[in-house]
Amino acid sequence: MKIAFASGKGGTGKTTIAVNFAYHIANSGQQVQYIDCDVEEPNGHLFLKPTALEKKPVKVMVPVVDLDKCTFCGRCGAECRFNAIVNLKDKVMIFQEMCHSCALCVKICPEGAMREDEREIGYTEQGTAMSGISFVQGVLNVSEPMAGPVIMAVKKYYKEGFIKIIDAPPGTSCPVVKTMSDSDFVVFVTEPTPFGLHDLKIAVSIALNMGKPVGVVINRDGEYLPLKEYLDENGIPLLMTLPEKKEIAQSYSRGEIILNSFPQYAENFEKLANNIMKLSGKKIKGSKK
Amino acid sequence: MIAVTSVDGTLDGKLDERFGRAQKIMVYDPATKDSRVIDNKLNMSASQGAGIQTAKNIIDAGAKIVISGHVGPNAFNVLKAAGIEMYTASNMSVREALKAFEDGKLINLTGADVGGHW
Repeated sequence: MKIAFASGKGGTGKTTIAVNFAYHIANSGQQVQYIDCDVEEPNGHLFLKPTALEKKPVKVMVPVVDLDKCTFCGRCGAECRFNAIVNLKDKVMIFQEMCHSCALCVKICPEGAMREDEREIGYTEQGTAMSGISFVQGVLNVSEPMAGPVIMAVKKYYKEGFIKIIDAPPGTSCPVVKTMSDSDFVVFVTEPTPFGLHDLKIAVSIALNMGKPVGVVINRDGEYLPLKEYLDENGIPLLMTLPEKKEIAQSYSRGEIILNSFPQYAENFEKLANNIMKLSGKKIKGSKK
Repeated sequence: MIAVTSVDGTLDGKLDERFGRAQKIMVYDPATKDSRVIDNKLNMSASQGAGIQTAKNIIDAGAKIVISGHVGPNAFNVLKAAGIEMYTASNMSVREALKAFEDGKLINLTGADVGGHW
């Protein structure tokens, strides 16, 4: 069972809800793996506090040109779909950070002047966090534009028999699609604001297009009618709400698990677990009925 | 030949201050005073590398001078590698930009003046 936590808009509380949910079901006796795919800004570790992290580099393949063999015919640049190569009359400029590692240039070069080389773009870290939660995160190096390969590297750590809580990046582009692609259920965490709703609609439409069962969590809940109307009109289930409370914000800002400081909110997360089970048809073992 | 990024492909239309995502490129020949238009639409909607390919278009058009609003680091490096001089202009028509260039009023860019995706 893989449950992705996405949002569209950033800062709605994706990570807050994901880490507390992971903590809740781990304490209900379930084996839980927390997978942070928000590789541009992985934050789950601040709350789950994993230890003994084992770090591994993430590498991609990029082309290198041998100018002694190159005849400057220009085919590699003309065929590259990612605008990663520019051929000048006596130069071949390769923009490695644009490259998607398809190796087309290597295959089509008539002179065999192109070869592949490794380039490090980030790393993964794996360890164990509080309540025995198995933890893995990806980190994309600063200034690197492509999160995809790091997300795919993180997913190689999936553990059999564990409920996988996947923290998705914000937004609605490739990294989010990659993160959601193999999930069994997508939880969208939103806030009752026009910005939250605007981005939620785009994100939900992508997940529905991918055929994913979805539901919504409203964080910092308050009166905002358009959000409730949107959910009603589109038949999108409301899985859980968390109220706007200063005590929650303070606990969060100290890097605490809310349920640790305020166990009364366990009810909310229990409701989330039950709703996901009902809608996905899958069991989250250990969740109390 | 002087290339100027353009909003609508006319001399009296605005210079497009975005380099890579400019819709049209005007190529002006100071000797004959003729100009022609290159369509840059493909790059305008490119998912990435628009500046790099726009620079390539300008090189292929045979221009030696570029006038635009802002040039990012990748485009700058491509143009520089091809020995093309870059000048920056703001809030004027293509014709006004060409005149300002001939009068020596435009600033020569010696490095990218914005980051990528500004």
